[in-house]
Amino acid sequence: MRSDFPILKKVAYLDNAATTQKPIQVIEAVKEFYTDSCANIHRGVYSLSEEATNKYEDARKKVAGFIKAEDDEVIFTKGTTESLNLLSYCLYPMIKGDEIVLTELEHHANIVPWQQMAKRHNLRIKYIKLKDDFTLDYEDAKSKITVKTAIVSFAHVSNAIGTINDVKMLCNLAKQNNAISIVDAAQSALCYPIDVKALGCDFLAFSGHKMFAPTGIGVLYGKVELLNKMPPFNTGGDMIKHVSFEDAEFQGSPLRFEAGTPNIAGAIGLGVAVDYISSHSHDICENCGGLRKYCIDSLNKLGDINLYCPENGASIISFNIGKAHPHDVASLLNDHDVCVRAGHHCAMPLMGKLGVPGTVRVSLACYNNKEDIDRLIEGLKHVKEIFK
Amino acid sequence: MSAEDMYRENILELYNEPLNFGELGDATHKHHEYNPLCGDDITMQVIIEDDIVKDVKFNGKGCAISIAAASLVTDSVKGKKVEDVLSMKSSDVIELLGIEIASVRLKCALIGLEALQKAIRRE
Repeated sequence: MRSDFPILKKVAYLDNAATTQKPIQVIEAVKEFYTDSCANIHRGVYSLSEEATNKYEDARKKVAGFIKAEDDEVIFTKGTTESLNLLSYCLYPMIKGDEIVLTELEHHANIVPWQQMAKRHNLRIKYIKLKDDFTLDYEDAKSKITVKTAIVSFAHVSNAIGTINDVKMLCNLAKQNNAISIVDAAQSALCYPIDVKALGCDFLAFSGHKMFAPTGIGVLYGKVELLNKMPPFNTGGDMIKHVSFEDAEFQGSPLRFEAGTPNIAGAIGLGVAVDYISSHSHDICENCGGLRKYCIDSLNKLGDINLYCPENGASIISFNIGKAHPHDVASLLNDHDVCVRAGHHCAMPLMGKLGVPGTVRVSLACYNNKEDIDRLIEGLKHVKEIFK
Repeated sequence: MSAEDMYRENILELYNEPLNFGELGDATHKHHEYNPLCGDDITMQVIIEDDIVKDVKFNGKGCAISIAAASLVTDSVKGKKVEDVLSMKSSDVIELLGIEIASVRLKCALIGLEALQKAIRRE
């Protein structure tokens, strides 16, 4: 698998929660679209346009199969951020209750859109607490998700500390209280098989670029009966049934939410990425868990490490080392061609709660190996020498 | 260049024991600057009398580069005319640091000067 990602010869790439590298199969598919079948979709009557349309819609089918949804429940967006913003703008007519329940470990993309929605419609936001062991307090969840709750939105996997949340349980709590459940699957879509029906969520969002696809393409899954009742987000071409000088009638899902020419090449790339992940699913599950343990054990052996991650988490490992600031650590690791993220990971409220300005974050993908971790540790030894 | 070149002994000393670090109770000018990209967080407090910087202190949290730079900048402006402090540029900070700064870390080096100039301009 590693040979499909030529860039890995150059660096120990450990910033996969930010974006993953792309396999040559995806890069080729994007290139092939622009070289051989570039045309706009859903409109042209010539063969080239038909070919482009088929490729785009095939990608939708692949994604739908990947998350066990129906084709018309898969909307292509720019990414998780846009998917969540879309919901924050379009859900208001669908909700009962006036409280939005989030968790303390959310990414800004799953906080700020709701803060804005709350301001527009005079709603309140409540946060499910994080416990000292870096897992969610489900007792707190039970007390906060009530009949007053309109929306429950939460990450499947925390991008900052790797906590894996109990999606089924939270969706079920939402359902019992007639609230809408939304899952931010940005960090889980690559590593954890997703079955939207089994999870019981109303909506689920993820980004292509964190799962081997190009940037600028993402997905919003929604139950079709909800999507078809929601007002549109962007309006314009392709999403209408009929337009007069006075008014317009809209398409149903998914076109209803895909105004304008979409990222066709990106969607095709995502379709290929989904095939790639499905054909390597065994390696994906096997490798990450073992490597996470190897990484945490190596960090503990090195000493002077403060870990910020739960015992059983995803392959996202947050830590600080001695007195060194995360940014200095990341700069010095770059000398060793080790790519890690340093900072607040777009989770400022969570960092405030942890009492740190930021952390160093190592996030693994299935193509990483022990040598990558060994290079990280060598680099950290160097950091320790400098900041002794 | 390698990052290691940035972490000279003097920079690390200033990180461990910053100059002019603390509170100025009677500050006439104050500014809090935050870099949302990396979390550097610096509050500059200045006493200005007759257009002269009489005293200056800073506090906050930041990386070695930002803390060392804020130390050196505050030390260099005491007794200086306000207009001279306002005309200081990034090149002056880099000269004070005496190291080459990778472009991705330039913001760290400059946050102290930025906070100081904003404090003086009362932004």
